[in-house]
Amino acid sequence: MSSLAIRKASPAAGTTPGTAQGPPLRRRIALVPTITLLIGAIYCLLPVAWVVIAATKSGSELFSTFTFLPGSGFADNIKDLSAYRDGVYWKWMGNSALYAGLGALLSTVVSAFSGYALAIYRFRGRETIFNVLLAGVLMPPVILAIPQYLLLAKADVTDSYLSVLLPLILSPYGVYLARIYATAAVPADVVEAGRMDGASEWRIFTRVALPMMVPGLVTVFLFQFVAVWNNFLLPYIMLSDDEKFPITLGLYTLLEQGANTPALYTLVITGALLAVIPLVALFLVIQRFWSLDLLSGAVKS
Amino acid sequence: MPITKRSRLVASTIAVVLGATALAACGSSDDETEAESGPVSLTYWTWTPGMDKVVDLWNDGPGKKDQIKVTVKKQASGDTLVTKILTAHKAGKAPDLVQAEYQALPTLVSNDALADISKDTGEAKTRFADGVWQQTTLGTDAVYAVPQDIGPMMFYYREDLFKKYKLDVPKTWDEFAETARKLKKASPDTDLTTFSANDSGLFAGLAQQAGAQWWTTEGQKWKVGINDAASQKVAKFWGDLVKEGAIDNQPMYTPAWNKALNTGKQIAWVSAVWAPGTLTTAAPDTKGKWAMAPLPQWSGGENLTGSWGGSSTAVTTDSKHQAAAAKFAAWLNTDDAALQALAKESGIYPAATNAQTSGAFTNPPEYFSNQADFYTQAAEIAKSTAPSAWGPNVNVAYTTFKDAFGMAAKDKSDFVAALNTMQDDTVADLKKQGFGVSE
Repeated sequence: MSSLAIRKASPAAGTTPGTAQGPPLRRRIALVPTITLLIGAIYCLLPVAWVVIAATKSGSELFSTFTFLPGSGFADNIKDLSAYRDGVYWKWMGNSALYAGLGALLSTVVSAFSGYALAIYRFRGRETIFNVLLAGVLMPPVILAIPQYLLLAKADVTDSYLSVLLPLILSPYGVYLARIYATAAVPADVVEAGRMDGASEWRIFTRVALPMMVPGLVTVFLFQFVAVWNNFLLPYIMLSDDEKFPITLGLYTLLEQGANTPALYTLVITGALLAVIPLVALFLVIQRFWSLDLLSGAVKS
Repeated sequence: MPITKRSRLVASTIAVVLGATALAACGSSDDETEAESGPVSLTYWTWTPGMDKVVDLWNDGPGKKDQIKVTVKKQASGDTLVTKILTAHKAGKAPDLVQAEYQALPTLVSNDALADISKDTGEAKTRFADGVWQQTTLGTDAVYAVPQDIGPMMFYYREDLFKKYKLDVPKTWDEFAETARKLKKASPDTDLTTFSANDSGLFAGLAQQAGAQWWTTEGQKWKVGINDAASQKVAKFWGDLVKEGAIDNQPMYTPAWNKALNTGKQIAWVSAVWAPGTLTTAAPDTKGKWAMAPLPQWSGGENLTGSWGGSSTAVTTDSKHQAAAAKFAAWLNTDDAALQALAKESGIYPAATNAQTSGAFTNPPEYFSNQADFYTQAAEIAKSTAPSAWGPNVNVAYTTFKDAFGMAAKDKSDFVAALNTMQDDTVADLKKQGFGVSE
């Protein structure tokens, strides 16, 4: 029903100029998409509100008071969470930051190199490589986790920080995005001009092309960061030492404590809330790099 | 619940991929472990909270003397851990020791992941009830694990509300049904209990009490009896209660369920010895108002119960120090100091019979402070546990149970049909895995 409404609304939104509909109609129909979006927003935000409010409830309030009535246990919850097994929660948080931060950074660097190379240089097998990468984009990372585990087990590096970081470094989607972005943002003319001026390829890449690719690379970094932060299966299979667990795995062990021990719901909920904060902060901080788009162009078209 | 769904997804994903990568059964090297010499370091995957403190007792005591050091790596419990162990085993990297639920042992053994430790467990056998020990031998001469904790099933009820509604504690399942109907008449908004399909262990335990034998061997073949007469009786009993509306059909372990227990909308729960822990978080306001009684029986003179939960300590075939690991497993689950620590630090109910009434178990759990003989009664009930029979694909049966019975409970439709689905899926999966199945 909503898709129908949007389709009806689209001519009015001005995408097909020259239709007979006038301005008064436009205002009336815009109501439908607005309501649709509002419903969507509520749908997405309600669970978030639940987590925020549930995190303030103490164990006895959690399931007994009204769902959206804030409780009185927030400070205690955080204290209990920090005290749980000598603060292992913060260790997990640190691990997540390491996996996501370093992993995303390394993968962005690799994506930048390979994306640029695929976009600018012409060489034999370029399209084949790119098509293989595209196939990689379609492959859900979940499927790769076990083969990756078996391979890394052969190299004897499982249950280490490296075992989680290594598989993350090459992200087909990142390379794909970087290539698309480099094709669009780094004009061949600019590279050509650099060569005429006698700059080395490395210098052209670092001084000329890279700044132009920044918004695209920021996107790659963010995508990777969020993907790694939320990643579950790969670290689940790779790691057995819970001191190396990222936050997703750590919270999972709090929930699944065995039948004779109740799940630590209050700790898990508070922990989940705190685990989202770095992601939100990252988005807010990095957001402004996207607007660089307008400034970083080099050639007037 | 989303978590359960997720873990199921994880488990099935791992299972699918494992199936794809398992090209050939690895020729495992069953070299005899030499007599230990020099320091040995063992890793131990367990989900039991506080296990690191119990293991410290070993590392500072007997372990120090024998130069066997154990390191705990805490894991999440459940089916996903079984698949994680099997994945690690495929790479030859399983830890020396693992915690495994009884129903997971056949799966692990059929994948050649668990070592036979019969030579190194010594007198351990004498410390456990026969029905418990039998689960770790799978009916063979081998010993694949040492029992750690058990979950004998019991009937929990709100003592005060039973008085208020003038109900008697049911001794048989017929009385149980009558109690449910009587309560419905007295207070239409109140339910005696609910039938929940989100934990298969509950139904498996109830069927076990009725005498069901879900997996047995016949020569070299497996025989699946999930829809045997006993299980059908149990399924029909609960299905009828749900259908006539005598009990609720909402799943347990949800916020709504917690609330129903906490506010007296549900006044009884068929559960196991670990229920006090669950009730403490689910129904904090009703502390001291509950009481425990033996499970209702199928016929008057009987005295049987099923088990729900419980786990063991096993040694993997990947371990290079199997004898040392077995020694630790035996110590952990039979040594008095270790068992007391397990009770205190981890809140487990020990499988070792003499530990069930000693030390930490002389006083009732805090939540049941009104029932002084809680653990004396529990130990009596534990003795009456009916034998269980697990097979190599319990996980498949359990998954089908959740789907088929979840649907049947929601629609108030035929439970026996759901049971047949469970039987068919389990048999089909066994065949697919290449096991011989006798029809």
